Amino acid sequence: MTGGLLEIRGVHKSYGLLEALRGVDLTVRPGEVAAIIGPSGSGKSTLLRAINHLEKVDRGFVSLDGELIGYARRGNTLRELTEREILRRRTRIGFVFQNFNLFPHLTVLENVVEAPIFAQGRPRTEAEAEARELLARVGLADRADDRPRQLSGGQQQRVAIARALALRPAVVLFDEPTSALDPELVGEVLGVIKELAGTGTTLVVVTHEVGFAREIADTVVFMDEGVVVEQGPPADVLDHPVNPRTQAFLEKVL
Amino acid sequence: MSANLAEGESRLLYPPPGLPPGGDGGASAGPADEDLRVVAARHPGRWVATAVVGVLLAMVVSSLVTNDRWEWDVVARYLTWPSILEGAWATVRLTVTASVVGFALGTVLALMRLSRSPLLQAVSWAYTWVFRSVPLLLQLLLWYNLAYLYPVLSLGIPFGPEFLFFDTLDLIDKFWAAILGLGLSQAAYSAEIVRAGILGVDQGQHEAAASLGLPRHRQVRRIILPQAMRSIVPTAVNEVIGLLKGTSIVYVLAYGELFYIVSVIYGRNGRVVPLLIVAAIWYLALTTLITVVQYYVERHYAKGALRTLPPTPVQRVRWELQVGFSRLTGAPVPDGVPPGLAARVRVGRWVAPRTTPTGPTGPKGGAA
Ligand SMILES: Nc1ncnc2c1ncn2[C@@H]1O[C@H](COP(=O)(O)OP(=O)(O)OP(=O)(O)O)[C@@H](O)[C@H]1O
Ligand SMILES: [Mg+2]
Repeated sequence: MTGGLLEIRGVHKSYGLLEALRGVDLTVRPGEVAAIIGPSGSGKSTLLRAINHLEKVDRGFVSLDGELIGYARRGNTLRELTEREILRRRTRIGFVFQNFNLFPHLTVLENVVEAPIFAQGRPRTEAEAEARELLARVGLADRADDRPRQLSGGQQQRVAIARALALRPAVVLFDEPTSALDPELVGEVLGVIKELAGTGTTLVVVTHEVGFAREIADTVVFMDEGVVVEQGPPADVLDHPVNPRTQAFLEKVL
Repeated sequence: MSANLAEGESRLLYPPPGLPPGGDGGASAGPADEDLRVVAARHPGRWVATAVVGVLLAMVVSSLVTNDRWEWDVVARYLTWPSILEGAWATVRLTVTASVVGFALGTVLALMRLSRSPLLQAVSWAYTWVFRSVPLLLQLLLWYNLAYLYPVLSLGIPFGPEFLFFDTLDLIDKFWAAILGLGLSQAAYSAEIVRAGILGVDQGQHEAAASLGLPRHRQVRRIILPQAMRSIVPTAVNEVIGLLKGTSIVYVLAYGELFYIVSVIYGRNGRVVPLLIVAAIWYLALTTLITVVQYYVERHYAKGALRTLPPTPVQRVRWELQVGFSRLTGAPVPDGVPPGLAARVRVGRWVAPRTTPTGPTGPKGGAA
């Protein structure tokens, strides 16, 4: 898999009077792993949702490999895409939710093959073969015919990761993938993400696990109050933060 | 000791409910507990209530049998009378067709109401408003008199030329007038039921479906509706049962459904009560049928929502019989009976030592 180039420029997003994002700039290079940290309510989830166009931004733009998300550009005009076009482009971006959001009425295998078949139009046999490979990769080859609620939280999240990867996305977004898990289940999910970090797919991971961010991230991004306050290699941002807000946050979590 | 513990869930029953926990060191530790007798809890209040209800029930049954004004012979004769059967069949046809029309249109209305187009929302809202407000009886008569308003119905381009023409009186006979009346008003109620079901599906499911890039219709049909069905089905079945009984109102159109036929017959022979009983029995039977179907439909949509599906009534009866047989004969409980139920074999009888291979809850073979 080859990773995509993700560019975020001047993104603003408000909910009513509340400005969740107030001008976010961020570049994630192909194959890079970016870890986003920051206090609760700082806009991390909102940013991920904007990248995936689950949330429409008010100002600014997000692009993947130069292609704008949600808009088509012709000269100096931006044309809003139809829902169908947005859905098609979305298959280049995988999203892993905090609460997994697996489809409980479908089996594990059905969860994974649904999008390759019905969003990308790939043949079922091919999609199923690849899904089984992915499930084996996340260590769940033998649970393909179970339903999500019969799995533990950690197993469910690994299925969710397999489901996101089944689209062969250029970017995978993780929104606090381990924060709904019991401590002893965190390791297995982080292990899968770590393995993924070496494969060339661009990853953006919102996480509260500072140690994990240090281990896998090429870039650590610290967000507060809707802006990127500081970003750089983990050794800089986590060990020698320049900004006082970053210092204060890290003091609290470390 | 450790081998003993590894053997079985059957020990879950210990200590027996009556014993103070840990009160008898000998009983709770050693192999002595194998010889304890398990006694079912006593419920004197329940026995009294059972007796009272039993007597009342006996009184009802006796009055049904001894009061010959019920004319059970007449009831029996008319129960399978050809025209009654025809009427019951007509009632079934009306119910099924009106349900299909009602829920199909209701689902469309619900999706319109949830769409992002203000016009679609408004139309859906207005539809529900009108059809819920006008009494069904009135609607039926209006549809039946549609030919007065529009003697000819035609198919063509809106505001343009028309190609196909139908005589309204031919197109809308009594059956279709009834379907229009019942189905269209049912749609207004169904729309709300379906909408509530969709709203009840977790927001995360909508987002996950969207984030995977699934086409919109696939999101609705494959991801959202099946999950909404879990809350839709019980209420929807209520509506269908209401509709089944509601079809009796169609007698105002002199359409030959069950109730109309019955009223025609008692109009001729004067046996009003027995014939009403005949109709009641048929409605009861049809409702029972719907309830059975409901059970299996609910079970179908419970897949994945529950970790393990509850047993079907058939399974439950079979297990009860098997456990009862084991209690009487001491034969081993067959495989497949859930351990929780199998443990009941011990209640009220002396438990054989676990070392006996044929013991009621003993493990299969000597593997342990
Ligand atoms: N749908 C919404 N409607 C209104 N306000 C919202 C909505 N989603 C987020 N917000 C607000 O936007 C701000 C940023 O929220 P966001 O979920 O992005 O924070 P976060 O950094 O992900 O926090 P956490 O670490 O707790 O998940 C918060 O103040 C939140 O209350
Ligand atoms: Mg968040």
